[in-house]
Amino acid sequence: MRYILDIIKGAISLLSGMGVTIKAFFSPVVTIQYPREVIDISPRFRGHTKLVGDEENPDRTKCIVCGMCERNCPSHSIQKVEGEKREGEKKKTLTSYILNFTTCSQCGICVESCPTDALAFSADYNPASFNRDDFHYDLLKEYEKRKNR
Amino acid sequence: MNELTAIINLVGTEAVRVILGVVGVLAFVVVNALVLTWLERKVAGHMQRRIGPKEVGPFGLLQPFADMIKLLGKEILTPANVDKPIYYLAPVLIFVPVLVSFIVIPFDGFLQAKDINVGILVILAFSSLSVFSILLAGWGSNNKYSLIGAVRSVAQNVAYEIPLMLALLPVVFMTNSLSLRDIVEAQKGLWFIGKWQFFAFLIYFIAGVAETNRTPFDLPEAESELVAGYHTEYSGMRFALFQFAEFSNIFIICAIATTFFLGGYNGPILPGIIWFFIKTYFLVFVIMWFRWTFPRVRFDQLLNFSWKVLIPVALLNLLVTGGLLKL
Repeated sequence: MRYILDIIKGAISLLSGMGVTIKAFFSPVVTIQYPREVIDISPRFRGHTKLVGDEENPDRTKCIVCGMCERNCPSHSIQKVEGEKREGEKKKTLTSYILNFTTCSQCGICVESCPTDALAFSADYNPASFNRDDFHYDLLKEYEKRKNR
Repeated sequence: MNELTAIINLVGTEAVRVILGVVGVLAFVVVNALVLTWLERKVAGHMQRRIGPKEVGPFGLLQPFADMIKLLGKEILTPANVDKPIYYLAPVLIFVPVLVSFIVIPFDGFLQAKDINVGILVILAFSSLSVFSILLAGWGSNNKYSLIGAVRSVAQNVAYEIPLMLALLPVVFMTNSLSLRDIVEAQKGLWFIGKWQFFAFLIYFIAGVAETNRTPFDLPEAESELVAGYHTEYSGMRFALFQFAEFSNIFIICAIATTFFLGGYNGPILPGIIWFFIKTYFLVFVIMWFRWTFPRVRFDQLLNFSWKVLIPVALLNLLVTGGLLKL
């Protein structure tokens, strides 16, 4: 009797297994054909940092050149944060901001320490180059390129 | 007009028929193997919710040709200390039973190379020969994995050939014929799978999967333990011949299942040959479906299943069928 029960039980479990695979067979595929298809990057993805523009005056960024990010960076990746006081403006305006991405570990301390929220993470997920100097980003130039687009 | 009659007379002669048959069978074997390699990868992909081949040609249809060119271009290695005559003979010999089996399969009422009155015996006798060439391949390769694979294959095939034949016998009882065409003609009304032979079909199909060394009975070529089993030491086109033979054997097993239990080329509206291929390739798909569902069985489970389950049930089925026919 147990012999027959075992056979029936086995057959049922085999059939239910086949049910699982045939369901998968007719389900849509989950593959993303990467270079041709790109999915949206998660909003909390940490790429290199980018400068955030001022809402009132898009010509300038929110940065006030206080130097907090430069001083707080644990690996000294932020270099040459310089600005000037222009006529008729209360705050300093940024003239240069170099990020050395080769040593940056995307820890986010610069983003957190910024008093005016002028820094944010970009969604640039695939930087690649044969030349190390290509990763010394000039974030101000990058911001201007973004703004003009 | 005279030329035309001459051509018709030429085609009608036995010698030309034989040549046409051989060429046709060879072409079909190659095309079938190419289509099945493509189908196997597509089915494997979609069962795992992947896409499968798609880069070479539309839907990846030219992928098998790319593989072919790759295999043809490969160097054919002969490992040191192999038993040369046996090693060279095995991949050729595995192809012979495949070609012979195609002679008697009735693709359609008119499409059959030769209707031999002991057709099923021819197929069964020659398909036992393929075990022999697997043994030769394993023995001649001078490799422990090949030898273990070959030995497993022999044990498995001896165990599963018995339920395979026992499952076919009730149908032979019912039709009183060993000719495949007679068996198909006897299913004009109702297929044998519907005429109380469902269990015979099931047993035949399971034993057939084991005969072709497919998962879950793929112990002779278990890649996780035996590298590639009996064809570990073969490369290039010699390896391809083993693959061709495997895919053709799958087709033959499914074609016999169609002929014996699913009514062969019988079916409404569509022409017979299309019905035959629909049924056969559906069974091929089911075998692939098995492969991507079931894990490999252990060796003791494999033999237990044959001797303790399949053979008793097949014998019982044979007894009941014989008794009912006598009444």
